[in-house]
Amino acid sequence: MTQQVRGARPDKTAARTDHRAAAGAAGVARSPAASRLLIPALAVLLATLCVVSAGIGAVQVPFDEVLGALTGTRTEHFEVLWAIRFPRVVLALMIGAALAVAGAGMQGVFGNPLAEPGVIGVSSGAAVGAVGAIVLGFSALGGWSITVAAFAGGFVATIAVYALARNGGRTEVVTLVLTGVAVNAVAGAVVGIFTFVADDEELRSITFWSLGSVGGASWAVVAAMAPFALLGLAAMPLFSKALDLLALGERSARHLGVDTERVRIVVIGLAALLTGAGVAAAGIIGFVGLVVPHLIRLVAGPSHRILIPASALAGAGVMLLADLAARMVVIPAELPIGVLTALLGGPFFLWLLRRTRREQGGWA
Amino acid sequence: MGMIDAAGITWRAGRATLLDDVCVEAGEGELVAIVGPNGAGKSSLLAVLAGDVRPDRGSVTIAGAALRGLRPAALARLRAVLPQKVTLAFPFTVAQVVEMGQYGRPYDERTQREVMDATEVAHLAHRAFPTLSGGEQARVSLARVLAQGAPVLLLDEPTAPLDLRHQEQVMGLVRQRARLGDTVVVVLHDLNLAAAYADRIVVMREGRVAADGAPGDVLDAGLLSEVYACPIEVRDNLVLPVRHCDFFPEVRLPLGGPSRTSSSAPAG
Repeated sequence: MTQQVRGARPDKTAARTDHRAAAGAAGVARSPAASRLLIPALAVLLATLCVVSAGIGAVQVPFDEVLGALTGTRTEHFEVLWAIRFPRVVLALMIGAALAVAGAGMQGVFGNPLAEPGVIGVSSGAAVGAVGAIVLGFSALGGWSITVAAFAGGFVATIAVYALARNGGRTEVVTLVLTGVAVNAVAGAVVGIFTFVADDEELRSITFWSLGSVGGASWAVVAAMAPFALLGLAAMPLFSKALDLLALGERSARHLGVDTERVRIVVIGLAALLTGAGVAAAGIIGFVGLVVPHLIRLVAGPSHRILIPASALAGAGVMLLADLAARMVVIPAELPIGVLTALLGGPFFLWLLRRTRREQGGWA
Repeated sequence: MGMIDAAGITWRAGRATLLDDVCVEAGEGELVAIVGPNGAGKSSLLAVLAGDVRPDRGSVTIAGAALRGLRPAALARLRAVLPQKVTLAFPFTVAQVVEMGQYGRPYDERTQREVMDATEVAHLAHRAFPTLSGGEQARVSLARVLAQGAPVLLLDEPTAPLDLRHQEQVMGLVRQRARLGDTVVVVLHDLNLAAAYADRIVVMREGRVAADGAPGDVLDAGLLSEVYACPIEVRDNLVLPVRHCDFFPEVRLPLGGPSRTSSSAPAG
């Protein structure tokens, strides 16, 4: 008996030490050093990239001149910078951030790391909207007509995928990807029909939409996209906590007080808004929404409070790099940026698929 | 009227009747165990009590309010639910998972520490949840449920994946919450745990309540033997399946099964 008590005592002390260690560990888990440094680091990197990207191109502009132009110093390339380079940089930033945040939000709602606007057909749904607006001559909303049409197409596609791929509050990988295949096929067919009836000029913009490019950047395009992208980017972080809880599955999230119905419809709406804005401004640019949130999760963990802003910054950076590469690879021509992201993102997707399958022990 | 009160619950799924006119209630400070064989409707009943499903007939009130009219946030302040199986889509850490229990209110470090200590998961705080063993995951999930601080706890087999020490620890913890005034409804398979810790035991059979009362009254050898379709003895409030009889028909492995089994059988 005495021995038992004596035996129990060190156990208790051990438990107490554990508890102190855990208090520290819990603190660390709440804001790991990596994630605390991640956002400032990404911000600095992004600012540097902006200057580099604005300086490099058919006409080389020294970096100090780029910085000077930003503060209003009129130099030799002032006009080029403000008319061509800066809108292009801003557009790439917004599209990259929008696509990455849309990806992060969708992965959160679907509870699946493979949910991505391009893969599950939201991008092609948005493309149907955009192309349809062009061919059918929808212009009731002025400069925003195509963006709104793209958003509507993307929203319908997401709702379709959501309704078809969900089962018991969660999406299986296979169902999700196959649903994406089906939605992409239908969207591709509809774009095909529009291509068939389009005239030459419309054909050119349809090609542009399906390949993806920020080459047509202008302040007008930026202005048409900005309200939608900024609304989505500003609103998505409001759902970080709810998205965290959705990882437990819809039932448990609801038990904890999340209004799952409302959260999923709003987040899907925001993701469609962001994707629609991106597609309307630059066509289908795939895999940014898949790769970026995944890399951030590897570095900073899955907490959406960090994942969303970090994905926005990293997505913007990736887009700037991709645009830079698209301009540099085949000088003086330009590679469509969507082709480039797909070339790099496709293999990444395969790798992720393989990894997911290994973790799940295969799927039937 | 109890803290949580289900009256005349009938729930049909397709042609199957999962619950048939079930009435269950649990008062403040009461620990009610729900027991019964597989498929008796225990988890279905818990799902109805939790508000996950709307039954075809009957109603549930919680703290005097109709479950149906409560928003998820209001409901979460009243009841917490531990599901039988917990999955996590992304590799959150244990500390992050437990913190999810405090959704909808400012984070409180003390609550977090208390529930993690009580369930003995503090040393796992920085581990990724999916890398834990089944028993550890169950304790972390319980910590999350306790962190919610709701006065009604609905627990679906909280002890199933646990070792002996943690089974007793978890039931003791839940018992303590009841003593402090919480209402606990817990689905259990282990009748002896139910006998030792519950104020009241509800025995379910084929979607109906077969018995409802104090452990001493409900744990009757005749009743349990009939409900579980298996001979059961009860001695000093200890439930024992009768193991020495040839109650179950001999199971013959299909021919062509592993030859070792058949060759070693005569030797045994």
